[in-house]
Amino acid sequence: MARVALDRVRKVYRNGFEAVKPASFEIADGEFLVLVGPSGCGKSTLLRMVAGLEDITEGSLSINGREVNGVDPAERDIAMVFQNYALYPHMTVRRNIAYGLKNRGMAKDRIAAKVQEAARMLNLTEHLDRKPSQLSGGQRQRVAMGRAIVRDPALFLFDEPLSNLDAKLRNQMRIEVKALQRRLGVTSIYVTHDQVEAMTMADRIIVLNAGRIEQIGTPSEIYHSPASVFVASFMGAPPMNLMRGAIETGAVRLSDGTALMQAPAGRGGAVTLGIRPEDVHVGEGPADFDVALVEELGAHRLLHGEVAGQPFTAHVLKDSPLGPGRHRIGLPAGALSLFDPDTGVRL
Amino acid sequence: MKRAGFANPWLPVLLLLPQLTIICLFFYWPAWQAVRSSFFLEDPFGFGETFVGLQNYTRLLDSTQYMKNAWFTLWFSAVVTALSLGIALLLAVKADSVLRGARTYRTLLMWVYAVAPPVAGFIALIVFNQRWGPLTEFFAQFGWEIRIRLEYFDTAFAMIVASVWKQVPVNFIFFLSGLQSIPPAVREAAMIDNRSAVSRFWTVTFPLLAPTGFFLLIINITYSLFDTFGMIDTILRNNPGDQPVTLVYQVYLDGFRGQDIGGSSAQSVVLMVLVLALTVFQFRLVERRIHYT
Repeated sequence: MARVALDRVRKVYRNGFEAVKPASFEIADGEFLVLVGPSGCGKSTLLRMVAGLEDITEGSLSINGREVNGVDPAERDIAMVFQNYALYPHMTVRRNIAYGLKNRGMAKDRIAAKVQEAARMLNLTEHLDRKPSQLSGGQRQRVAMGRAIVRDPALFLFDEPLSNLDAKLRNQMRIEVKALQRRLGVTSIYVTHDQVEAMTMADRIIVLNAGRIEQIGTPSEIYHSPASVFVASFMGAPPMNLMRGAIETGAVRLSDGTALMQAPAGRGGAVTLGIRPEDVHVGEGPADFDVALVEELGAHRLLHGEVAGQPFTAHVLKDSPLGPGRHRIGLPAGALSLFDPDTGVRL
Repeated sequence: MKRAGFANPWLPVLLLLPQLTIICLFFYWPAWQAVRSSFFLEDPFGFGETFVGLQNYTRLLDSTQYMKNAWFTLWFSAVVTALSLGIALLLAVKADSVLRGARTYRTLLMWVYAVAPPVAGFIALIVFNQRWGPLTEFFAQFGWEIRIRLEYFDTAFAMIVASVWKQVPVNFIFFLSGLQSIPPAVREAAMIDNRSAVSRFWTVTFPLLAPTGFFLLIINITYSLFDTFGMIDTILRNNPGDQPVTLVYQVYLDGFRGQDIGGSSAQSVVLMVLVLALTVFQFRLVERRIHYT
């Protein structure tokens, strides 16, 4: 169990590239924190700095109030699960799981008991004497998890652990990992580029873009009130609709002049309007939606087309009779997000 | 395995013929000749031969000179192999962790690979020159006066140094590529699991290098037994006296200098059996080799 605090932690590589801009946040005891962002956003670098596999250029990292910047990775009381599992290919499953305990000088019978317990928890009991090359991807992933949990670490670190699995197994493991973390109550940092994984697993999400923290919040906060255009377009599938608009004569308007809501006080000029496809009322309202394509997804349908000459997607129920053509839509004021068109920041 | 069919049954034979001819002409025929001659006592001027059975072999066992050289070959080979592998592994591990100018270091370390064995021997003669050799001067500071081609041990020492020096780059290249094929994440996982870098090396890195190591072990034994001939010949300047020589050099001495064709052939056969044993050992190992994937 651990609290983790980052205070203006920064990473600059020797070639001058700033992979992580000064980042400050805290992780509560037992919390499951997900770092999400596109590739190259610095999420893995940030995780590797917490692990001690990467030096911290500036700032301070502390676990349970103790600064660990210069502490050896093996002494940080962390366990890490890697993307490609990183199992020791020459050791059996049993020795893979026991390796970290043996090096910490634990008694043999205690190691054996802990390995048995972890194997039972992860359904690996009958594979204990096999080598990693004889296991399937999902089983290797379980061994990697087993290696982490036997250590009883203060902090779990996950570096895209599910991205090498096929879609079905990934969904299953997602639930297993989350359930395991809940059961053990170990503070966890989980890195992924998959926003579905982030939304479904996290207690709190940190969205990173180009080495900078865009937003920190619960999945619901991130989804419903994105702090920037980047977060709005990165999180959610399909992403939030973003349109050019303006605040004129006391109202927020689409670029064709359609008034959507009363303007917030003290604002004027161009804005970027955002609305989630499922928040759109299709059938009645002030705006026109030219539907070009209906995407059938079984549980629901997506209508793709244009509003005021800009691409737009709306979500309708599976029994909706609407097809291609012009439809009226309403954009509820409570569901609209307004962003500064230049900086992309939420207004 | 895919089976390919040939319309004409003679075609595959025809295609194999050049290779078979070369093997027969330059390997099987001389080998057979050696086995045959080892049972005869041959007149040095080619005026006839006498069948002597196993006498050539028993003569080897009774020869104190031959047994002495056999022992020398054994420990020469063991020391050269151990040192070449050990030094190369150390250099590879160090070069692998170099971040700046890694390519330059590697190129410099590989250069010696291109040096021919006789040239290596010649360089050994220079650095161990009794009057002005830099290594002679270096060891003189510790009170050791090196006199190669005069003192048995000093000559052996120079031979070992030259052989190791020549072989380290080959091993270095293999070990380095072996190290670089270990996934970085595996090493990082080990860093989290194990604090001690030395223990990490022996429990994770070294076992993963084992396939490379087995392969190099065979290569190095073969090298130290056979490929050191040119270097030894250069150091001894064709005049061994009572200085150490390996068994391969002994074959040359007895056959070409001593004109003892029968005895020399018997020695060749002993070496052939040795190579055969090594080959069997290697194939057994290769078959049982663990594949880490």
